Amino acid sequence: MVNLTIDNKKISVPAGTTILEAAEQNGIPIPRLCYLKGLNEIGACRVCVVELEGKDRLIPSCNNIVEENMVVYTNSPKVRMNRKKTVEFILSQHDCQCATCPRSGNCTLQTIANDLNIIDIPFKQRLEKMEWNKDFPLIRESGKCIKCMRCIQICDKVQNLHVWDLESTGSRTTVHVSKNRKIEEANCSLCGQCITHCPVGALRERDDTDKVWSAIDNKNKITVVQIAPAVRTAWGEALGLKREDATIGKIVDALRQMGFDYVFDTTFSADLTIMEEGNEFLERFLSGELKSRPMFTSCCPGWVRFIKSQYPHLVPQLSTAKSPQQMFGTVMKTYFAKSIGVDPENICTISIMPCVAKKGEADMDLYYEEFAGHDVDIVLTTRELTRMIRSAHIKPSTLVDVECDTLMKDGSGAGVIFGTTGGVMEAALRSAYYLLMGKNPDADAFSVVRSERFNQGVISAEFTIGDAKIQTAVVSGLGNTRKLIDAIEHGDVHYDFVEVMACPGGCVGGGGQPIHDGEELAHIRSKNLYYLDKNAKIRFSHENQDVLRLYENFMEKPLSHKAHMLLHTDHSAWKMKK
Amino acid sequence: MSRLEIVTPNKAQIVVEGLYKDLERRIEASPPGLCPVDMARAFLELCHAQTCGKCVPCRVGLWQLKNLLTDVLNGNATLDTLDLMETSALSIMQSSDCAIGYEAAHMVYKALIGYREDFEEHIREGRCTCTYNQPVPCVSLCPAKVDIPGYIALIGEGRYEDAIRLIRKDNPFPTTCGFICEHPCEARCRRNMVDDAINIRGLKRFAADYAGKVPPPKCAKSTGKRIAVVGGGPGGLSSAYYLQLMGHQVTVYEMLPKLGGMLRYGIPNYRLPKERLDDDINAILQTGIEVKYGLRIGKDITIQSLRAEYDAVLITIGASTDKKLGIEGEQAKGVLSAVEFLRDVGKNQNPDLTGQEVAVIGGGNVSMDAVRTAVRLGAKKVSIVYRRRIADMTALPDEIEGAVAEGIEVQTLKAPSKIDVDENGHVQGLYVVPQMISHIKDGRASVKPTGEEDIYIPCTTLIVAIGQDIEFQHFEEAGVPVKRGRIMSEKYGGFDHIPGVFAGGDCATGPASVIKAIAAAKVIAANIDEYLGFNHIISCDVEIPEPNLDDRTPCGRVNMTEREVCQRIHDFEGVEHCMSEGEAKQEASRCLRCDHFGFGIFKGGRETLW
Repeated sequence: MVNLTIDNKKISVPAGTTILEAAEQNGIPIPRLCYLKGLNEIGACRVCVVELEGKDRLIPSCNNIVEENMVVYTNSPKVRMNRKKTVEFILSQHDCQCATCPRSGNCTLQTIANDLNIIDIPFKQRLEKMEWNKDFPLIRESGKCIKCMRCIQICDKVQNLHVWDLESTGSRTTVHVSKNRKIEEANCSLCGQCITHCPVGALRERDDTDKVWSAIDNKNKITVVQIAPAVRTAWGEALGLKREDATIGKIVDALRQMGFDYVFDTTFSADLTIMEEGNEFLERFLSGELKSRPMFTSCCPGWVRFIKSQYPHLVPQLSTAKSPQQMFGTVMKTYFAKSIGVDPENICTISIMPCVAKKGEADMDLYYEEFAGHDVDIVLTTRELTRMIRSAHIKPSTLVDVECDTLMKDGSGAGVIFGTTGGVMEAALRSAYYLLMGKNPDADAFSVVRSERFNQGVISAEFTIGDAKIQTAVVSGLGNTRKLIDAIEHGDVHYDFVEVMACPGGCVGGGGQPIHDGEELAHIRSKNLYYLDKNAKIRFSHENQDVLRLYENFMEKPLSHKAHMLLHTDHSAWKMKK
Repeated sequence: MSRLEIVTPNKAQIVVEGLYKDLERRIEASPPGLCPVDMARAFLELCHAQTCGKCVPCRVGLWQLKNLLTDVLNGNATLDTLDLMETSALSIMQSSDCAIGYEAAHMVYKALIGYREDFEEHIREGRCTCTYNQPVPCVSLCPAKVDIPGYIALIGEGRYEDAIRLIRKDNPFPTTCGFICEHPCEARCRRNMVDDAINIRGLKRFAADYAGKVPPPKCAKSTGKRIAVVGGGPGGLSSAYYLQLMGHQVTVYEMLPKLGGMLRYGIPNYRLPKERLDDDINAILQTGIEVKYGLRIGKDITIQSLRAEYDAVLITIGASTDKKLGIEGEQAKGVLSAVEFLRDVGKNQNPDLTGQEVAVIGGGNVSMDAVRTAVRLGAKKVSIVYRRRIADMTALPDEIEGAVAEGIEVQTLKAPSKIDVDENGHVQGLYVVPQMISHIKDGRASVKPTGEEDIYIPCTTLIVAIGQDIEFQHFEEAGVPVKRGRIMSEKYGGFDHIPGVFAGGDCATGPASVIKAIAAAKVIAANIDEYLGFNHIISCDVEIPEPNLDDRTPCGRVNMTEREVCQRIHDFEGVEHCMSEGEAKQEASRCLRCDHFGFGIFKGGRETLW
């Protein structure tokens, strides 16, 4: 233990602790802006500077380690003067039009500036103006970037895609797409982790809420909306609802109040995905096709973009099943359209996703188009949902649980856990067991694939079902994924079935979820999904009655010709732009 | 009222003089990778501030040039702007009254011509292709990428053995380099911005002196692969060391009786004592390298036979044949090549120069080694004969200073024209053509004859030190490409058409420095490992101390001291004293730890493995 004094308080912390952590552990929070634990401890913003007794220059507390008998002041006149000056400097190059910023109220810079009581910026303002393709799902507002470098670090160290980098030197140093590329050609997976780790509003998703409002407004359009599993774990965070109070039923209520015609839960099509993907897996597994390389899940569009740009030769290993979002869109424009007697042209399908890549996925050309337009017309992130609720001035505390519409209402616990890392694998194995053995396993028989903590890396497990020995791996985060694939390609490991989710922790930690600076909530949110699974009426996708009826009345059976045409895709239909 | 007054500088002048010095040091520490367009703008800003304001081109023209340059940087320019800049710069160059104007405009002009594509990139794309790529100046300027801030911090904590271990991760010759490295690492040391560069080489020498014998790390599991290394100089031994650590079995073929190459047979003992060289070599050999002595490539062994016998072959034969002057009388007795001369001394076959007059032709480090060795062999008078000026010599300033201190005559601006031979066929003097310094061409001052009569320099021994080549005949025959006296290996150290054969060090680059040979050795070791189907990692588990958080108040640099001249010229013992422990601690504490502060902590602060 190291003994030191911070703000006249004698404290004792383990050796190797940073000054910032030592202070925080002892009830002295030091303001910080660029700091991101373990990823960005570079002392760039200089907001967390502190004074060391006997030393002239201030030092950042985020990346300097406590020493015995150190005497630290986190709020001396010198520190206060410097911290304020630094924030004024930052503000002089930050677009301070907070009223029109989606991060207003959830902006670390805004909070710090307010806390420091900065009411005037005594310096000349200079805002960067850089061109950006506003149709791309990921938007960068250069005038708001404070060069904290977090986006660079998260993309380098966690996602391993190196989309961002510094550009130019001297006073013109800025953050931009790396290697002088445009964002469209930078192999961006659209995971959105740079957005959720940006302390200000410099990075955001393309806002599609106006498109949704006009679809609702359009008398000729039937709006059909689906809500992804992970959305229910997080939407209340941005609206001040307690975790246990923020149910999916209340989202349904809000959506109906806003004027959506039909509301469904993506859990239904997650079950449908299991029926297709589970059967596909068994078919490919039993045929011996997976002896050298595994089948990869295909529900995560960030991952699909990643494999297409980084390992194009492995694309044939992807499951051909569409993602639950896309399957639901298809079903809405065929089966459902028919059932309500509406031309699919007049249906606008909307999905609410914890994800930015889903916006990209919906925009892509799919190889089979039986009806006009795309499977899904508009994708909203969880954040956009909460913004719509606020703009509709719905008071969250007044929301009540309302049920989804019928025909595609059923959803199993297996479908719900699609929203977390390991969930797709577990759901698939539950049904694979049934398909092989003709009876259900214990619903928790495959729970070893669940993460025990945030960003656990690869979880591998071998399961024996009857005569079959199935080697599985579950991974989330693209940096972890790259390591896993390299090991597979190098022949160090072999798997039959691999689940990949681009965001660390899976969709619960998705790039479209509410932002909490400095916190990683994926693991906490996933507990919510496992709770819902545990208490679900049905826990097996193959017991979803509405899915079974869909097959009976429309799709015939899993992997039927019709299912192939509508529920599967050709991954070679589009390539990543170079 | 007095008629005249003694002029004293005012306060502002005194301060500005100090600031000029600060700026000079700052420019010295300027890292590469900065936006060249922005730098041109910054230089112009300074130039314009120097104008007296009398003349239009300088007072107004430079200002307008600055505006145009700023437009380029701010994305407000078109390609026409560049034409306007060029004609304006030319006009200012041609019409300014004094150098303040025409040289300022010339700088802009040189930038415009020299890197126009960077200007165009700014105009077209509104962005710069440059990124700051030198987080830690010393590390990036060290060819072998030694973790310099790391080992300096270890020295600061008294962990000398760990410092040696850390250095060996990238350089298995810590002692040798502590004595004789050319220390390119010090050139842009950021400490220059405060006061003066860190004495990095001196600190390394100190660590080597105080660490004692440090065993090398354990070798990886044996791979069963065998590699032949031809030539036991610093490059060959470094590759052998890393390949051995990777688990391969290396055999070094050395034609001379002992290992070390130029370190033993080129560099005199007074600069690098042989027993200290042996410290490094012994540690390298401890990894289990086999050595075969007395075999010469092309004579006793061939590339073909080695290729047949081993899984890979590495050629590191150095550059050990001399370049010739090509003047009359060169074949005379008493005319020696520097390499030959120094090699004999390295073998303890000292020629007796007692009472002789010795002349050495050349201005490089080898020439300095030759003259100082000649002094120690009892020569009465030793002269350096050089075509240009002392300032133009390629030898390190310290070496020239050392030679001068030891009483060497430096005869500059004299180009050898003819060697005078006596009736026994022995040299008795040298005719030289007097030169005068002339125009600067490609950054270097040229010379031209003054037209005066040749001068005669009497000498009974004449040593030629004007560069080295390789013996290439055998390699050509074996199909190894050779051009202009060097082996043309690819950037990865191998040859596309002869798989399994690699070459590096002086024989591939021409005569260079130890640290460059070591750098090449690392590259080649890694590539041979990969060629053999492996991917071994070289790392070091020494933990680097946290930086100290003290204010960096200015403090002088500890320079090395030397033995008294009157003593040292009588023996071959080491000349340089080591720093004291107190000096080393202070010097280590001057390090600004660029691995932690500044850009280093963000990108590239530390490469822990390769």
